[in-house]
Amino acid sequence: MNRLAIPKTYKLYIGGKFPRSESGRVYEVLSHKGDFLANAAKGSRKDARDAVVAARSALGGWAGATAYNRGQVLYRIAELLEGRRAQFIDEIMSSEGGNAAAASAQVDEAIDRWVWYAGWADKYVQVAGNANPVSGPFFNLSVPEPSGVVAIIAPQGSESLLGLVSAIAPALVAGNTVVVVANENAPLSAISLGEVLATSDVPGGVVNIMTGSPAEIAPWLASHADVNALDLVGAGDLDWVELQISAADTLKRVLPPENGADAAAPALSRILAFTELKTVWHTKAIL
Amino acid sequence: MKFLDYAPAPESQALLNLKSDYGLFINGDFTAGRGTPFQSINPATEQRIAMIATANETDVDAAVAAARHAYDGVWSRLSGSDRGKYLFRIARLVQERARELAVAETLDNGKPIKETRDVDIPLVAAWFFYYAGWADKLDHAGVGPNPASLGVAAQVIPWNFPLMMLAWKIAPALAAGNTVVLKPAETTSLTALLFAEILQQADLPAGVVNIITGDGSTGLALVNHPGINKVAFTGSTSVGRMIARSVAGTEKKLSLELGGKGANIVFDDAPIDQAVEGIVRGIFFNQGHVCCAGSRLLVQESIHDDVVDRLKRRMQTLRLGDPLDKNTDIGAINSAEQLARIRELSARGQQEGAERWSADCAIPENGFWFAPTIFTNVTTSHRIARDEIFGPVLSVLTFRTPAEAIAKANNTPYGLSAGIWSDKGSRILAVADKLRAGVIWANTFNQFDPSSPFGGYKESGYGREGGRHGLAAYLKPAVRSGSRSIAAADRVTPVSKKSASAGKKSASAEKAAK
Repeated sequence: MNRLAIPKTYKLYIGGKFPRSESGRVYEVLSHKGDFLANAAKGSRKDARDAVVAARSALGGWAGATAYNRGQVLYRIAELLEGRRAQFIDEIMSSEGGNAAAASAQVDEAIDRWVWYAGWADKYVQVAGNANPVSGPFFNLSVPEPSGVVAIIAPQGSESLLGLVSAIAPALVAGNTVVVVANENAPLSAISLGEVLATSDVPGGVVNIMTGSPAEIAPWLASHADVNALDLVGAGDLDWVELQISAADTLKRVLPPENGADAAAPALSRILAFTELKTVWHTKAIL
Repeated sequence: MKFLDYAPAPESQALLNLKSDYGLFINGDFTAGRGTPFQSINPATEQRIAMIATANETDVDAAVAAARHAYDGVWSRLSGSDRGKYLFRIARLVQERARELAVAETLDNGKPIKETRDVDIPLVAAWFFYYAGWADKLDHAGVGPNPASLGVAAQVIPWNFPLMMLAWKIAPALAAGNTVVLKPAETTSLTALLFAEILQQADLPAGVVNIITGDGSTGLALVNHPGINKVAFTGSTSVGRMIARSVAGTEKKLSLELGGKGANIVFDDAPIDQAVEGIVRGIFFNQGHVCCAGSRLLVQESIHDDVVDRLKRRMQTLRLGDPLDKNTDIGAINSAEQLARIRELSARGQQEGAERWSADCAIPENGFWFAPTIFTNVTTSHRIARDEIFGPVLSVLTFRTPAEAIAKANNTPYGLSAGIWSDKGSRILAVADKLRAGVIWANTFNQFDPSSPFGGYKESGYGREGGRHGLAAYLKPAVRSGSRSIAAADRVTPVSKKSASAGKKSASAEKAAK
């Protein structure tokens, strides 16, 4: 006799906890064949605001952690994802379709992406900053720092896990904290990733994952005065020009939508997009 | 004459050879503007200096078309070393004509000759010299090998450092291989037009730099023009927001250097006399018309009275008056409009309960003047502690602990500059780490250098000017065909919704040029 399986309740991931949407709303997530998979939480404006509060509270600790520490935490995500490969492959196959080889390749690439970005944590400052030879008795140093709270619309196409990882990992490298709206049609691996993050030494609130409608949630994040930057990588099908216009009111740093297989491709420029360059002039003594 | 009375020592205007009317500088020649000309006045006397042309939309089209034509036909094909040679020429010509430019700048802007002669114009030459050397070394700019220029850059600059802002904009743009349409501020067009003469002397190919004058509507027509690839703006945060909205959805790359409300933090172990000099330099340099001014003094409570006393004593020795006089410390406010804003915000400071003190100095009869002023008993909620005044007005607040100083310093939507005064190196490093500002001066203030990146956090804008990072603002990674693999990819593929129509319009603009 077959054992009756225990399905998982998929909830949001905010502030290191897994709450339901405060709105009480859920939406049906279907498999690629149209079968019922789960009721995912349909995040609301209030959930988005709670997520921003959580991200802001977590910023000091994450940005203030040593680069070596952040690198190890990001690498730890890769370790734990590796251990749960089978679960993610299953979820991806049921949600996105495709064969085991493709799903497996996607998970492998997502793991490798964490490893690649983890290695940048204690290097990007060296590559992007420098000492400046000013004409005067000063020691002058330029160093990139995190922009702050970054709101991200995750890629909405195929490869839901890889798209999500490709969008959030670079923002985390520099010490930003993140509020991300997951792939609307394939949100399950995003919440499962939240479970990985929750057990990977990533402090609560550093990554906050919303499921639901990007079209509904994105405007609240774009206009939120406590969000410093907006990554519209997965917003190509939304009215993203309006989102960018809204973000201009608080002069957010904005990355535009990207389409195709190259979307959110791994790049140092994705890390630097959400950094601010600080230049300090130290006066030298007269000896 | 009494102690501290100085005999007048005005700089001669004899080396100026100004025209009575200035046209637009488009495609290498001066042409009449199609808009209504306006007068540029000396803010210290309210006398007319010259009539300046206004560029209307047709003129903007012509300037952008000239820049596009020069980009396609000449500048983008020139070797980096040849671009560099033109920039070196310009640097040398600025040095040769430095005194003339300093006098013209002081006449037109109202700032003291001592500043234009010793700060503004030397930095203009330094900026061109610095970026000249970059032109054939772009592989090292930090955007990958063989980076590409952007195309035509639209640059709109403010009136507080007219020629210096021009240099900050034009030098990196040209070094990176872009061509330029620049609009100076309405009240300070003069030195930009003298600079156009320098470009003629340098034999810079026609259309590589175009200078169009006019008011805000000319600037708006320029940044909204579909034929440009880059917008670089320095000015107010409100106009910056408007520009950010207008370029949304386009592929125009944007740099914004906007307002600030810089905190100048003085700890109890600071060398007080040096700190007082730094406070004066931070807020009274250039009449406080400085986006990175140290307009909020945060002084540790235990030394507040001492610092304020010494500051007042020092302020009494500041000489306000004829900007052309070599002994003048405080020149004229740039415009009647700006003076009205400073007066309004200062009046608000008094209404809200802060204590006002101004240096006792004779105010000339004509022109726009504002005596150096400080407000004590200011709290963080006062408008004079929150709004950018952009004048010689300092708000003094106190703090007890480093944590409180940092919290107050960061308690602003701006994030351009900050100062730290302390004798303790470890404290300076720790505080500098926590301040959310793009430029931080430790035991100094208002220092600028072409090799040092400048720009803000938060609502003070984005992008950097100066240094390697300022160059990267005018470059993009080489276009490569590649796979998504980690090794190949270091770039993004943006989508543009407005680009289809923009492309069409720019094509017609190009046709018009030919």
